[in-house]
Amino acid sequence: MKVAVCVKQIPDPAVPGELDPSTNTLNRDDKLILDESDSFGVELALQLVEAAGGGSVTLVSMAPRSEVSGLRTALAMGADDAVLVSDDALAGTDALGTAKVLGAALGRVEPDLILAGVESSDGYTGTVPEQIAGVMGIASVTFAKKIEASDGMLSIQRQTDDGYDEVTCPMPALVSVTGGVVEPRYPSFKGIMAAKKKPVDQVGIADLGIDASAVGFAGSRQETVAVVDAEAREAGEIVIDEGEGFQRIADFLAELKVI
Amino acid sequence: MIDESDLQEILASVRRFVRERVVPLEQEIDETDAIPEAIRQTAKDMGLFGFALPEEHGGLGLNMEQETRLVMELGYTSPAVRSMFGTNNGIAGHVLMLGGDDEQKAEWLPRIASGEAVASFALTEPEAGSDPADLTSTATQDGDEWVLNGTKRYITNAPLADVFLVFARTDPTAKGAKGISCFIVPRDTAGVEVGPKDQKMGQFGAWTADVYLNDARVPASSLVGGDAGLHRGYYTAMGCLAHGRVHIAAMCVGLAGRLVDESVTYAKERMQGGKPIAGFQLVQGLIADSQTDYLAGRSIVLEVARSFDAGTDQKLGPSCAKYFASEMVSRVADNAVQVHGGAGYMRGVPVERMYRDARLFRIYEGTSQIQQVIIARQLLGDAARA
Ligand SMILES: Cc1cc2nc3c(=O)[nH]c(=O)nc-3n(C[C@H](O)[C@H](O)[C@H](O)COP(=O)(O)OP(=O)(O)OC[C@H]3O[C@@H](n4cnc5c(N)ncnc54)[C@H](O)[C@@H]3O)c2cc1C
Ligand SMILES: Cc1cc2nc3c(=O)[nH]c(=O)nc-3n(C[C@H](O)[C@H](O)[C@H](O)COP(=O)(O)OP(=O)(O)OC[C@H]3O[C@@H](n4cnc5c(N)ncnc54)[C@H](O)[C@@H]3O)c2cc1C
Repeated sequence: MKVAVCVKQIPDPAVPGELDPSTNTLNRDDKLILDESDSFGVELALQLVEAAGGGSVTLVSMAPRSEVSGLRTALAMGADDAVLVSDDALAGTDALGTAKVLGAALGRVEPDLILAGVESSDGYTGTVPEQIAGVMGIASVTFAKKIEASDGMLSIQRQTDDGYDEVTCPMPALVSVTGGVVEPRYPSFKGIMAAKKKPVDQVGIADLGIDASAVGFAGSRQETVAVVDAEAREAGEIVIDEGEGFQRIADFLAELKVI
Repeated sequence: MIDESDLQEILASVRRFVRERVVPLEQEIDETDAIPEAIRQTAKDMGLFGFALPEEHGGLGLNMEQETRLVMELGYTSPAVRSMFGTNNGIAGHVLMLGGDDEQKAEWLPRIASGEAVASFALTEPEAGSDPADLTSTATQDGDEWVLNGTKRYITNAPLADVFLVFARTDPTAKGAKGISCFIVPRDTAGVEVGPKDQKMGQFGAWTADVYLNDARVPASSLVGGDAGLHRGYYTAMGCLAHGRVHIAAMCVGLAGRLVDESVTYAKERMQGGKPIAGFQLVQGLIADSQTDYLAGRSIVLEVARSFDAGTDQKLGPSCAKYFASEMVSRVADNAVQVHGGAGYMRGVPVERMYRDARLFRIYEGTSQIQQVIIARQLLGDAARA
């Protein structure tokens, strides 16, 4: 079974992020790391290939400056190889543009199954996976919490507000994986040493047959027109319990639609 | 030695494992006196049983400085977790690494490095602790076998061990250090018995026990280092302990870092007289002292490890580092309990456990007094023995 996993490499969330005031995009000058949201997809892919008794896991990522740090982490977990799309012309690409690029790269891999995160930790538009499926013209299932594959079919448990739906779908397909549904393995020391020697195929947009005008700031249909600070947090409300405190708290939670 | 970039990845992986998986289980480990099987398995899968063993035998081949950096990450949580693979990587594995012949290394090191076999280092005896040269266990040659007799005390991982590296007197006429050899003794050897696990003060989850040898027979090939290893056991043990002392010192630094973190968090949250105790300068003094001690410990360990790797000092420095860092972490643990007030004395509060855990570091792999003696003898030479 051949599984491809879309992995985004993002600025380290532990380091406070910065926007470039001229473009309103995230400053990505520092080392980028594997988005934790994508570690679940990598783990599921490794488990699916193990369960199938063979196959391969290929990572696909689009990132600036030929960044491979995040790919190395996923290769150390056990993925076999990677395709990295990096090209100066991609600066400013929006989610649809990203999907076109990733779709073209995935087309070269010809996987049976493509996994992605439901949403990334930094951009979190939560739109790239379905747009990739659209670009590639294949089926897509969202919010997967469990995936099984047999005889060219996928059985997927799809997380919902109340529980889960059971969905089946033919391969090839793209499935987005809900964060936290599996425990990603820790890269082993041997895996880390081996990761350096695993193949990373680096391509530019010309290799993918994509025209520069379709991507980058120029090709983006989406533009960040302004950035404003989030509202400062206001002081909370202190509920003094005089026998009815529970009711006020229950009402408050209901207002927030948490219960 | 491995590349710095690989080491960075390894440290990040260990750090995540320690903080995400082990830290939440610390109290359970303390209360149940056991390491959960899932933690043992992950440690095996990651390669934690053999990071200080040579690459050619399945280890990672870290040098001393790299090892201390990794061990500092491990020190951040229950020391019992480190102990689980501490004898394999450290004192026991190193006996074979430093003293074993090629066949012995090939037979045992890969299994020890992978965690498939647990190895214990059996030197201490009821009447020979600080001065192991006084040990009385014997190994007598009988045809092409050696026959071992004696009692070993406080042997880490003995209840789990698959193999013991046993030190015994091979020359009854030689005095002290000179007539001692080391033997590879598989646990299933007839005549080998392990006592009940000891009831310790802290470091729950790490087990020690007595090991009894009653006419335990092992083949001639079990003599560590073969014929060349005869009567060399004591010197091998001292080499292992020098390495082990730097390793233990790094553990102390890791734990001190954690104790500082716990103290800082608590001082900011705990309110007295309507304000956080962090606002009291006397509390600030405790925390400042601890941080200073922690950084001093970190510095001495890294410096000593570099000299160890350069081969310029593999004796004096390791004792200084172990002496300083183990005393240091005891002070830091004491301060941390103080910062926590009454809570610091209560079960279930991490610093109470760490205070008990830290105490051991001043005792094993050479007490603080023994480190002082080693340091002074290195400097004073014969004048120290006058
Ligand atoms: C205005 C603007 C400017 C941008 N500038 C740049 C830039 O300068 N350089 C640049 O590299 N990108 C740039 N991007 C792209 C952007 O960072 C994202 O890659 C893209 O918009 C995806 O959005 P998201 O993070 O919300 O993805 P989501 O839809 O939230 O992500 C869901 C999943 O899709 C997959 N995925 C998403 N992005 C990638 C990726 N890049 N590689 C592999 N898998 C992925 C992952 O599996 C992820 O978990 C820009 C985007 C915008 C809107
Ligand atoms: C939890 C634990 C795990 C252990 N694991 C192992 C193991 O895996 N393998 C192993 O072989 N051993 C192990 N030990 C044994 C440990 O190394 C010894 O306990 C230690 O070396 C001290 O020896 P002792 O207990 O006999 O104390 P003693 O030697 O009796 O010391 C008593 C006191 O006298 C002092 N003293 C002794 N000699 C001198 C001197 N010359 N000058 C000044 N002061 C002196 C000591 O500092 C101490 O304060 C372990 C011990 C513990 C507690």
